Amino acid sequence: MKGPVLVFAESSGSQLRKAALEAVTAGRRLADELKVEEYVLAIGNGLKEIGTELGKYGADRLLVCEDPSLGLFHPEFYKQIALDAIRRVAPGTILLPATSTGKDLAPRLAIHLNTGLATECVQIGLENGEFVATRPAYAGKVLLKVKINGSPKIATLRPNVFTAKEIVPRNLSVERLLFSRPDTKMTVKESVAHDAKKMDLTEANVIVSGGRGMGGPENYKILEELAEVLGGVVGASRASVDSGWRPHSDQVGQTGRTVSPTLYVACGISGAIQHKVGMVNSKVIVAINRDPEAPIFGFADYGIVGDVFEVVPALTRQLREFYGKR
Amino acid sequence: MPKRLFPSLESAPLGRLQLKIVVCVRRVPDTASRVKIASNGRSVDATDFEYVINPYEEYALEAGVQLKEKHGGEVTVLTLGPEKSTQTITKALALGADKAVHLRSESFPDDPSCSARALAEELKSTEFDILLFGKKGVDDDNQQVGQMVAELLGVPCVTQILGLEVADGKAIARREVEGGSLIVETALPAAFTAEKDLAAPRYASLRELVAARKKPVTVKEPRSQPSTLETIAVQYPPPRPPGKVVGKGVEAVPKLIQLLHEEAKVI
Ligand SMILES: Cc1cc2nc3c(=O)[nH]c(=O)nc-3n(C[C@H](O)[C@H](O)[C@H](O)COP(=O)(O)OP(=O)(O)OC[C@H]3O[C@@H](n4cnc5c(N)ncnc54)[C@H](O)[C@@H]3O)c2cc1C
Ligand SMILES: Nc1ncnc2c1ncn2[C@@H]1O[C@H](COP(=O)(O)O)[C@@H](O)[C@H]1O
Repeated sequence: MKGPVLVFAESSGSQLRKAALEAVTAGRRLADELKVEEYVLAIGNGLKEIGTELGKYGADRLLVCEDPSLGLFHPEFYKQIALDAIRRVAPGTILLPATSTGKDLAPRLAIHLNTGLATECVQIGLENGEFVATRPAYAGKVLLKVKINGSPKIATLRPNVFTAKEIVPRNLSVERLLFSRPDTKMTVKESVAHDAKKMDLTEANVIVSGGRGMGGPENYKILEELAEVLGGVVGASRASVDSGWRPHSDQVGQTGRTVSPTLYVACGISGAIQHKVGMVNSKVIVAINRDPEAPIFGFADYGIVGDVFEVVPALTRQLREFYGKR
Repeated sequence: MPKRLFPSLESAPLGRLQLKIVVCVRRVPDTASRVKIASNGRSVDATDFEYVINPYEEYALEAGVQLKEKHGGEVTVLTLGPEKSTQTITKALALGADKAVHLRSESFPDDPSCSARALAEELKSTEFDILLFGKKGVDDDNQQVGQMVAELLGVPCVTQILGLEVADGKAIARREVEGGSLIVETALPAAFTAEKDLAAPRYASLRELVAARKKPVTVKEPRSQPSTLETIAVQYPPPRPPGKVVGKGVEAVPKLIQLLHEEAKVI
């Protein structure tokens, strides 16, 4: 626990991910409690101006490793760089965003360092001077409070749970790490985007989700329109993914994405437990369902009992007016 | 369901590769189970749990069985767990695995790195080309064991895959990431963790379930290490306030917008 806090600031292209800034903010708070410095590690290719940005979120020192071969996540390359950085910084705590990259990388680090890892944490802090993390388990039906036996303590933080907050900017020192490409039997050949414009559900602020009640893939158009006015993205229940209406990357729930947007609008979704666990931590939940007995009404903040094909277009139209008016 | 991701590979003259495939499988409580906190406040009460194969491992197992059916070879199931895991092993054998290894322990630490070390210890002396895991156990949601085992064995590991094809001693996998996927090529042997829908699980017939009981299962004792992750308390999540219905049909829309703006302050 003695050493600095080291945060892996994941980037996507030349930009830092929102989840990375959330982790840097959480790391700053922990570093203050521990009275240690916060180091940030960034790996990528063509990262722009990230030093200034990271300084705003409270980082003291930045280690950057850039190379054309680091543009896409390669677990063995990233692992080597992270282990290098860890040797140099001797951190007491390591935080990573619980993104596909963070969740791939963190266990590799933990096993190499012979320490423990708490994944998908929704809370971290100190109790009696000891690092304690809270993480959901059993499909979110319980929260486990865990401690790590071993050092450093490693945790991945669930995106959209910790808030990224700018503070008085620090004068961040930047050190460049050299990358010497390790031998590897793995090649990351290419990245295929689903839809280059679409933000991932885990990072979205507003999600409009459709379930079996949407009746077919063509009807998602009305959800796309509602999402557009709200500045959000479209998600789905498993029933609509299994019907082939939507890609798996849109699925919210236990075997899909766990999301916590500010606003989640569930349209034609019954609210089965396996769906609920993926979205119940949204700040505000709206449900539109024609069945007044649907379980979703048991936990939605605001429900409308009605037909999605009537209510959704009306909502879209009136929201347009609402935003136009202001 | 399984889409051909890499048509170029499919048309290549393959021959029978005789792949040795190992799938790591374990049981988890059915996701519909009620979860009660045990009286010690530090664990969950498992007495009423109904167990099933972890869903992600059903995808992994099916992918393994399909590779065997295509290329020839055999599928071994590896399970670390109590005696009661036998049911899960039988199910996996009925779903197309040929044999199983059961690292049997009634009191193994519930800790990903301990599990990983015990599984890796067994796999060190096992020949394999393809090692498959689920992405995560849906009980603890750790998502750690696959990568850890691979690191301990020093084999490449591609996580969260939605597609897998094998040819010429290599594998190509499609890995699901935010906003898209990465196409990753790796030499064999290699490890993979399955995302939902890697392969559509089949159903086991009664005949297959009966036949499964005759397939060989080797039972061994795993070695445990001190745990690195310790649960110190279990709590129920804070309840959401009970749901509120604003109204019926289109007439309720203005009220909803007003509430979202003035009360919830999210628009
Ligand atoms: C191991 C496991 C994992 C699972 N993982 C997930 C997961 O990750 N995500 C997930 O979502 N599910 C998951 N499920 C499935 C889950 O149990 C439900 O089956 C699923 O969520 C149901 O989807 P749905 O609400 O779209 O469909 P239904 O339950 O069929 O609900 C459709 C709803 O639409 C309403 N409706 C119909 N027509 C209209 C209309 N015109 N206007 C308004 N309302 C209408 C109906 O009243 C109904 O409430 C999982 C299940 C298992 C066993
Ligand atoms: N006790 C075990 N026996 C066999 N395989 C396991 C065990 N624990 C974990 N695994 C494998 O590792 C994957 C990830 O597990 P976890 O890290 O616990 O989420 C699972 O989907 C399984 O394939």
